[in-house]
Amino acid sequence: MRLSKGATWLLRFGVGLGLAFIYIPLLVVGIYAFNGSGTTQKWPPSGLTTKWFGEALENDAAREAFVTSLKAGLAATAIALLLGTLAALAVARHRFFGRETISFLVVLPIALPGIVTGVALSNTFTQVFGVSLGLFTVIVGHATFCIVVVYNNVVARLRRTSASFEEASADLGAHTWQTFRHITLPNMRTALAAGALLAFALSFDEIIVTTFTIGAGEETLPIWIFRNLFRPSQLPIVNVVALLVILISIVPVYLAHRLSREEGASVAGKGGRGVEVEATAVP
Amino acid sequence: MAAEAVVRRGSAGRRLAGLFQGRPRLQVGTLLAGPVGWLVIGYLGSLAVLLITAFWSVDALSGEVVQGFSLDNFETLVQEPVYRDVVGRTVGVAAAVTITDALLAFPIAFYMAKVASRRTTAILVVAILLPLWSSYLVKVLAWRTMLSNEGIVNWALEPFGLHGPGYGIVAVWLVMSYLWLPYMILPIYAGLERIPNSLISASEDLGAHPFTTFRRVILPLSFPAVVAGSIFTFSLTLGDYITPRLVSNDQFIGNVIFNNITNNQPFAAALAVVPIVVMIAYLLVARKLGAFEHV
Repeated sequence: MRLSKGATWLLRFGVGLGLAFIYIPLLVVGIYAFNGSGTTQKWPPSGLTTKWFGEALENDAAREAFVTSLKAGLAATAIALLLGTLAALAVARHRFFGRETISFLVVLPIALPGIVTGVALSNTFTQVFGVSLGLFTVIVGHATFCIVVVYNNVVARLRRTSASFEEASADLGAHTWQTFRHITLPNMRTALAAGALLAFALSFDEIIVTTFTIGAGEETLPIWIFRNLFRPSQLPIVNVVALLVILISIVPVYLAHRLSREEGASVAGKGGRGVEVEATAVP
Repeated sequence: MAAEAVVRRGSAGRRLAGLFQGRPRLQVGTLLAGPVGWLVIGYLGSLAVLLITAFWSVDALSGEVVQGFSLDNFETLVQEPVYRDVVGRTVGVAAAVTITDALLAFPIAFYMAKVASRRTTAILVVAILLPLWSSYLVKVLAWRTMLSNEGIVNWALEPFGLHGPGYGIVAVWLVMSYLWLPYMILPIYAGLERIPNSLISASEDLGAHPFTTFRRVILPLSFPAVVAGSIFTFSLTLGDYITPRLVSNDQFIGNVIFNNITNNQPFAAALAVVPIVVMIAYLLVARKLGAFEHV
């Protein structure tokens, strides 16, 4: 669009302001992790230190919470990968009654407020199934809202790649399983990786559904942060853990974006300036 | 021996695969059994249970859950001014956050889709995508620190003789606008990207002022995308209870649900119905406005 010089600069200024708004709080967390003024949170910090990193590493509760988060994230991702891929294969490669409903069904757990999902699941676990809350119920909860991420990525990939490869494979005598292993699976490999990374990132810092589905004795890293941030003495360690959580969730998202972009470009192969956002963007 | 076993297993797999050959219905059924079973039985089932529990009540004396139909929970919800205020406050902030984010997101999305070079756009997409997924709690924590009395906000405003909002409802509005901004930028960006440049050129060639082009061509065409983004900002605000807890003393729907979940589960369930109803109404309106092609 032809804009005057002034308008363009105004727009650039707005974008810069927006980015500053997005990133300054994250930077502040990063700086507070090195807070030299001890347990006071006064800005600016009187000095910088790395001693809180050592203390955070030695904090047993934080370490255990980290392991719990890893377990929950990995298990939820595994379930989401399986269920999301199955649903995506059905929707992208078959016609059946109620096909449009599937996308809606998959999105629902994340479109409804987290607290609704949390209350509903915890209600069912305790009142209907009589299961006591614990790591298992957290995994079930996380898997439920992670399915959509895998599903979206895989569906987007399958829609871009033609089904004719699979038909050719079948015509050449390959049975269903061989076609899947040698044609379909290699085709969607990076979409699966991207979906898995995003699902893990989503699970790793989720707190609302987790709060309602976790047992009394366990905590994930976000729950640990939440329980400790009201204690001034723990705040320096909380800040270090917070920085860690930012890094752990940002890296997978970045990798996922790279994966789906590269593959998107090579598969689609068309020009156009469209930067792929559909696959990785909003659920 | 080993080779034989492999061959035999292979043939079993082949037989199984043969079963699926040319039976599309069986294929679909097998593919869907897991995910649909999980989501319908596990998730929709849970929502149904939630709706049913909302009609149960808690015995005032024993504190036990009474499983019978009663509208008491909903009556309390409607008649108690406290809860009316809570619902009003939550929906009000959700609306304010949505409008704020739409205003902030549009110029950024517009710059990305129609002004910036390809390279800049790619960088901006990553820059906006990264924080979207990451560390919700940490971001609220960051604002809690920043808005505290000795925090960076007051420090930055002090030279101008100003004082930050401190903790309170303004802080909740600010933090939520911050949290959900990327959710608004990306759908609008995708929506603007879909508007053919030729339409804009045509408007310009016909002598329209850039502002007229914006108002008469770009805005109407991208409005559904704005509505699509607003689904997220609205829904996420409705359910959040962590942000109000960390940067205010105000009660939002989520807080009241959270406070009731252990002692009065039926009432918590009834409260959880409120965001569901609001969101369903919102989604119906959004569909009318054509937002679903943009999610």
